Amino acid sequence: MKQIWIITKKELQSFFDSLIAYIMLIAFLGFSGFFTWLYGSDVFLRGQADLQVFFAIAYWTLFFFVPALTMKMLAEENKTGTIELLLTKAVSDWQVVVGKFLSCLLLVIIALVLSLPYYFTVWKLGPIDHSAVWCGYLGLILMSATYISIGIFTSSITSNQIVAFLLALFIGMFFHIIFDVMSNSFTGMTGEIFSYLSLSTHYESITRGVIDTKDLIYFLTVIFIGLLLSEISISKRNIAG
Amino acid sequence: MDILVESLSKKYGAQRAVDNISFQIKRGEIIGFLGPNGAGKTTTMKIITCFMAPTEGDVKIGDHSIRENPERVKQLIGYLPEHNPLYLDMPVIDYLKFVAQLQGVKKNMVEQRIREMVAKCGLNAEKHKKIGELSKGFRQRVGLAQAMIHNPEILILDEPTTGLDPNQIVEIRNLIRELGKEKTVILSTHILPEVEATCTRIMIINKGKIVADGSSATLRKQAQGQEILKVKIEDESDRNLIYASLRSIDTVSLVDFLSANENVFEVQSKPGLSSRRNIFEMCIKNKWVLTELSGIETRLEDIFRNLTMN
Repeated sequence: MKQIWIITKKELQSFFDSLIAYIMLIAFLGFSGFFTWLYGSDVFLRGQADLQVFFAIAYWTLFFFVPALTMKMLAEENKTGTIELLLTKAVSDWQVVVGKFLSCLLLVIIALVLSLPYYFTVWKLGPIDHSAVWCGYLGLILMSATYISIGIFTSSITSNQIVAFLLALFIGMFFHIIFDVMSNSFTGMTGEIFSYLSLSTHYESITRGVIDTKDLIYFLTVIFIGLLLSEISISKRNIAG
Repeated sequence: MDILVESLSKKYGAQRAVDNISFQIKRGEIIGFLGPNGAGKTTTMKIITCFMAPTEGDVKIGDHSIRENPERVKQLIGYLPEHNPLYLDMPVIDYLKFVAQLQGVKKNMVEQRIREMVAKCGLNAEKHKKIGELSKGFRQRVGLAQAMIHNPEILILDEPTTGLDPNQIVEIRNLIRELGKEKTVILSTHILPEVEATCTRIMIINKGKIVADGSSATLRKQAQGQEILKVKIEDESDRNLIYASLRSIDTVSLVDFLSANENVFEVQSKPGLSSRRNIFEMCIKNKWVLTELSGIETRLEDIFRNLTMN
């Protein structure tokens, strides 16, 4: 556990050292703030004290930002060879993967915490459904965690960051919309399978304010599979060299 | 702590990079790994440091096996990989701290260990810079510092002196020798004089097999077999006369001119025999002045070439 935390801390530090963290925070808060308060169907236009727009925008901005965070995690280590230095320290492959996963997740959580003033401001403006807001945040965290684990996996299989980024978006796209679209065009069993696979189905069900164990299991499973595949991909060096 | 390598093999596809090698290294030894490119030196090091799993065989560090307890093994080893990969965007101090924490240095000791390493590796002026801003020599020092930060029992250095200037090379060699007194050191290099200068034992690897193992003196003896002497005689104008007399000594098998105008000869004795006394007595008999009589040692380069060129 201690080893994981050391890696998480180091990765988080390097996000802030390399400006990635600041760019991501400013862009995320800027985008979501702009649409929540100033443009389109913003809070004032709708006249409703809720964060619907914020969640809808965050759902997409995080989808694009997360692969940008994860793309360098292992791809750069593969490219520069630092992976060898890291893995010959007293850490297991699993600890490295989880440590990196947590550092990205923490950065996303920091971004979400910094968006809390939106929540408090809207709260001041009128009656707000608190449980819906907290569930919305939980949904965003779970969704980001899923894409982080996918992003770390794609980063682990290549030494090219752009490939890692695009591949993460490509795989993410299936969970984000394609499975959902498919579930609508099929009926019966097939449709249900696609609907179950679709991340948006589970995300929506959580943001509606109901935390169902079925949804939690779905997210945790996808996260776990992503991390497991990353670990397998790192330890592949033992076989192929 | 001892290192025990038991019938280790590593296959890349059909190619055997390391082919069933076994050896033991005792605490306090400094081992020089020699071998041509692609001989399996780096692969062996990567296996010992638990970066790669072997196809067959096992490595034991003390009582810990790389197969059963890799985390513990990694903690006992300080490793400087080939090409010295580092996080270029991290400041030196932060990087050393990160490694110290990962390697389980106690919290209250971290600062002290970093200070010691910075002083030992001469990084004081550069410690707040980012690693990417450092020159190659200083990066190499950072690589060494991170390998030694947790005071490991075993140091594995893959070409530790590449990119250093001659002064730094001497410093690093002294450092390695000093460390070698209480620790086990394995280093690989292409620079043969370096091995002679630092190592107590030399291991030559070729095509995944160990072809020679021993101190530089033992290796020489093995390679040489026969005594070779350099003889210089003054005050005699007839070179052929000297040549003939040398040839007539019954322990001598071969005589050769070494110089075009001086009376310098290379004299090879018959296997197992020495001609020193006979040459000396011959000179007395002929009243020649013998100004030089010294053994020519086989150079490590020659041994290396003989063993690895085939």
